[in-house]
Amino acid sequence: MTAKPLISVRDLTIRFRTDEGLVTAVDNVSFDIKPGEVLGLVGESGSGKSVTAKALMRLNAGNTVYDPASRIVLNLPDGEIDVLSLKRDRDMRVVRGGSISMIFQEPMASFAPAITVGDQMVEQLQIHTSMSKAEAKALGIEMLARVGIPEPARRFDQYAFEFSGGMRQRAMIAMALSTKPRLLIADEPTTALDVTIQAQVIDLMKDLVNEFHMAILFITHDLGVIAQTADRVAVMYLGRIVETGTVRQVIRDPVHPYTLGLINALPKIDDLTAELTPVPGDIPSPLDRPPGCVFHTRCPVAIPGRCNTEIPGFVDGKDGHRAACLLAAERMQEGVGA
Amino acid sequence: MTNPVIEAKDLTVRYTLGHGFMTKKVDLHAVDNVSLRIEKGNFFGLVGESGSGKTTLGRALLRAAPISEGHVIYDDGEKRFDLATISKPDLKDYRKRAQLIFQDPYAALSPRMTVRDIIAEPLEVMGLTKTREETDARVREIAAKCRLNLEHLRRFPHAFSGGQRQRISIARALVSGPRFIVADESVAALDVSIQADVLNLLKAIQRDMGISFLFISHDLSVIAHVCDHVSVMYLGRLVETAPTRKLFSRPRHPYTSALLSAIPSLDPDDRGDAQKLQGEIPSPTNPPPGCKFHPRCRFARDRCKQDTPVLREVAPEHFAACHFAEEFDFTRELRG
Repeated sequence: MTAKPLISVRDLTIRFRTDEGLVTAVDNVSFDIKPGEVLGLVGESGSGKSVTAKALMRLNAGNTVYDPASRIVLNLPDGEIDVLSLKRDRDMRVVRGGSISMIFQEPMASFAPAITVGDQMVEQLQIHTSMSKAEAKALGIEMLARVGIPEPARRFDQYAFEFSGGMRQRAMIAMALSTKPRLLIADEPTTALDVTIQAQVIDLMKDLVNEFHMAILFITHDLGVIAQTADRVAVMYLGRIVETGTVRQVIRDPVHPYTLGLINALPKIDDLTAELTPVPGDIPSPLDRPPGCVFHTRCPVAIPGRCNTEIPGFVDGKDGHRAACLLAAERMQEGVGA
Repeated sequence: MTNPVIEAKDLTVRYTLGHGFMTKKVDLHAVDNVSLRIEKGNFFGLVGESGSGKTTLGRALLRAAPISEGHVIYDDGEKRFDLATISKPDLKDYRKRAQLIFQDPYAALSPRMTVRDIIAEPLEVMGLTKTREETDARVREIAAKCRLNLEHLRRFPHAFSGGQRQRISIARALVSGPRFIVADESVAALDVSIQADVLNLLKAIQRDMGISFLFISHDLSVIAHVCDHVSVMYLGRLVETAPTRKLFSRPRHPYTSALLSAIPSLDPDDRGDAQKLQGEIPSPTNPPPGCKFHPRCRFARDRCKQDTPVLREVAPEHFAACHFAEEFDFTRELRG
């Protein structure tokens, strides 16, 4: 437990300058990821999970404003990097694609369409390592083989459009891992895939975590995928983390009404008679953030007069289980579960 | 026996690839000799991986894909059509009676039309209403049914979330008063919290208006919750079809069973020891001989490589196209 976190995010607040003024996308988010740990980041579209992840690599657009109090610290063997203070592109390269790699939901959009998959792998290896072209090619083919792509040497010279969806996602994982990053950010990597292929990709990622001892920030809206992959989970809603804990705590004994709502909305294959209960209403626009607890407009147990005025702080339960809800203290003790 | 609203008989949809000069012409059977019946008011699920032909089958039932062989009979008690031979005026009538809801509510709605105009467009194109007042009244009635805020009718689609947009798409599909709706991956692009809401809305529409649905999805857990009857498709063929409960309590085709075991379990202590389906769906231009599923099937025997299994009744109301449907309990085997 005393291992130093690989990456430490503190009080991360991200706003975007827009025509309508400053829009808050991420509000006071803190978390750590230890080496070899898989942290699942769950939330609906618009919850700020992708913006948070991109901040770790400083990939957000030019109109992004990071709050001065925000800190993202990357602990590497040869020293700490304060990610938000990096200015030059050259320094940023150590982080982008070097210590941290990212894979995206839509692999077709992430490969250049007119450059072969192999050339793209070689290019990034030449940027981040001192490998010769021949060495980079050999490693590229080896990585393609490692992620289960048949005939890797032939595939190396093909273009992304010649790959099937599942194969493209494998190739993207191969490419992301070839520089041996310490942290892999996986942004909905299986959402566009069939369940059968999703199961294969999840298995592959689990194997790779063990083999490379790398940490993963796994972003998804699918709690089933989280249950299968993550060690710890953070649930985000409208830019805030509302609950965090081990995967068992959060999925078996959810405390925050939003987490509970997400679990109840999920169709469960072993109980066909269970009613599907949607979380009522829609996620509010970030232009129109509710005061108090951001979830109170959709919360079935909101206390009028309190939840719409007080911003709930974190209540700590056992072993790092925390939830930001006025009712959390009671629920933590009772061990209210799904 | 109730009247089927729609019935496909030996339906084949074939596309020819390559246009002769310098390239060899190749036939692609997107839908290969499929027969199915969707009873009146039934919520009929169709499941399979990408490339299985489920979307093409759905479109053929709407006469939006060519019917190469076989028949599709539509009968709602008032009108009866054979889509393979339907005349132009009848097809126009059929368009009012059968509708499609798309997967992506972001792409399906014109960004330059107000919600009111989007929902009203089918009425105007089909000439179903005479006056603007009549159109407005109909739009408001349907919008209310789909739980849309009537004050939002003057807004443009960009102002809405994914769930609201999908409700707008549903309202547009309902406005002509259809008896049959094909919902093609209609909740796949939505968050789980909203997915449940849209599924409940579709079920309410089926129940209250007696509309028959073909619900296409790659997600068996969604299918399990909403459908009365399920068909599983693989490379253009139906491999299993049964009432939902029967199919889920004991799948009779190894492909169905593999699809079920691929659903990620919500139990963190049950981290997929089940056997994963290996490989990917083969190209339909060059399907394997015998049972099309045999290269990926753990149970395949020599017989499966030559002998094409036909869809047959292996238990009451339960049809499967597998030589070993009675012999093996696939689910138990997979759990090992």
